[in-house]
Amino acid sequence: MTDVAQVFRILPEVILTITGVLIMLGEPLLAKNASRKPLGWLAVLGTLAALFASFWQLQLPAGTAYFGTVQTDAFSVFFHVLIAGIVLVTLLVTLDAAGRDAESLGELFALMCFGAVGMMLMSCATELLLVFVGLEISSISTYIMAAFRRKSAKGPESAIKYFLLGSFATAFFLYGIALIFGATGTTDIPQIAGLLSTSQVPVFGVIGMAMILIGIGFKVSAVPFQVWAPDVYEGAPSPVVGLMSTAPKAAAFAVLLRVLYTALPALHSHWQPLIWWMAALSMTFGNLGALRQQNIKRMLAYSSIAHAGYLLVAFTALSPDGIAAASFYAASYAVMNVGAFAVISHAGGMDDRLTLIQDYRGLAYRSPLLGGALAFFLISLIGIPFTGGFFGKFYVFASALHSGLVWLTIIGLVNSGIAVYYYLRPLVSVYSKPVHSDLLDGIPRVTVPLMFALLITIAGTLILGIVPGRVLALAKAGALTLQSTVSDTTTAVK
Amino acid sequence: MQGANYFWNYVPLLLQILAAAGLGAGMITASWFLGRHRNTKAKLDAYECGVPVEGDARGRFSVRFYMVAMLFILFDVEAVFMLPWAVIYRELPKISGSRLFGFWEMLVYLGFVLVGFFYIWKKGILDWSADKGDL
Repeated sequence: MTDVAQVFRILPEVILTITGVLIMLGEPLLAKNASRKPLGWLAVLGTLAALFASFWQLQLPAGTAYFGTVQTDAFSVFFHVLIAGIVLVTLLVTLDAAGRDAESLGELFALMCFGAVGMMLMSCATELLLVFVGLEISSISTYIMAAFRRKSAKGPESAIKYFLLGSFATAFFLYGIALIFGATGTTDIPQIAGLLSTSQVPVFGVIGMAMILIGIGFKVSAVPFQVWAPDVYEGAPSPVVGLMSTAPKAAAFAVLLRVLYTALPALHSHWQPLIWWMAALSMTFGNLGALRQQNIKRMLAYSSIAHAGYLLVAFTALSPDGIAAASFYAASYAVMNVGAFAVISHAGGMDDRLTLIQDYRGLAYRSPLLGGALAFFLISLIGIPFTGGFFGKFYVFASALHSGLVWLTIIGLVNSGIAVYYYLRPLVSVYSKPVHSDLLDGIPRVTVPLMFALLITIAGTLILGIVPGRVLALAKAGALTLQSTVSDTTTAVK
Repeated sequence: MQGANYFWNYVPLLLQILAAAGLGAGMITASWFLGRHRNTKAKLDAYECGVPVEGDARGRFSVRFYMVAMLFILFDVEAVFMLPWAVIYRELPKISGSRLFGFWEMLVYLGFVLVGFFYIWKKGILDWSADKGDL
């Protein structure tokens, strides 16, 4: 591949970077009280272009670029499309929610683009240092986004918590990279596998693996690194929460899949039990914690911890089916969660007017569209057939059972049962008889961007739930690219 | 990896750490045993540098102080990245296989720095004597 053509391997990133830079240039040029919506639409255009560029990358033969630091294959395309889709919906939701009460929106739009660049880099990097750079870009963007409600006390509190714990976790991740480099002498993910399998596994390698697990465990809010999630989700503006509960998590899961299955298959006897416990504890803790929440954002935060647990179940399966199930689950969770937060964002606006579950009482009578959409996403989060949530769980547990993880599957199924209770509470609330409520009166009309956002998320949930074939095929192709890198090395995962 | 013998290289370092820690601990212990203890009230009070305490240390600073500090670090770090580039500039064509690779890379990089500079300039951050209630 010639020098210039290498750019095509990172085309979506380049497009989003340029979009973000253009927004940063446009922001200060606009008059102070002018509408920032054109910048938002510019971001939407850029994200759409990045989305199509990612699809287009499927036509490239799988391969690496820039001295082997990035790799485009079905796996990276899957996560690129997912991240671009999440950012697209979030931008639309922000355009809707921020119409009335917003300042410095331009920065928010730019940060979403830059954050997406970081997350995309994470999913295509095959060099641990580039993974780290991507992780930093995405984390720093989300820290700032979390602080967007700077006039309310909750906003800075949430951002500071997220920032301090997040940078601590990133430090762990970096130290893990350093130890793995010490053990193998390289940070190149495919090379690490070869070096680890040919010789006795050094103890530094195992410690490094554990450190990387801690860093990523924080980013995906898996137990025992989950404490930040409820507080941060409560304080950050709802559209941003929709983004940061899905896109950075998907990217972190992509990194974890690549690191564990491509770089460290030789250590699977060490990481598999750790992930087993993380999965079991995340599911149980997340679901039990969500039972008593009155604030819908906190409830969804605990539910997001639980969903990270379900996803980790697929990691323990140690099979291509498991990788495919994990990717598919990341997509289905993202679609329904971003959708649920789209409704919450519209109802509450950027400054969160409706936060309690009981505030939503009678929403379906006031606005059948909003109420119905929220109910639909909650049903999908429960995992009822014909929704993406059902197939996601189905594939995860099928792959786990296939690998003989009976106990983990039982824990997961019991947890899915517990989860029904707390998802039903807002559902019942939405369809209860309305009481007179100023809060519900304050909900504005549904705007065009929100219509698009709901359309995308509802259609996505239905497609993943009824005709998941094509998405699953892409996830499987992605799993096989990871797997083929694994079989290149002398020891493959069983 | 040279095996277990490799770590013998670190023995001097270990000795140095032990000596430093031992010296510090030894001096404190020795002065504790050798010195006289006459504890007056003034000696047992919390240590202050002479003047009475004035006000609360947890006051609020203008956010501009942090802005200036942050911008300084940003541009500082950006300049630092140019040093290694300048050092290996002549070897870059050999490494990258393309004659102007290093040149264009730095140009793109400087472009990003310029965009950031333009942004803070237009946002009025550099204009830090101007009185704005809220930055």
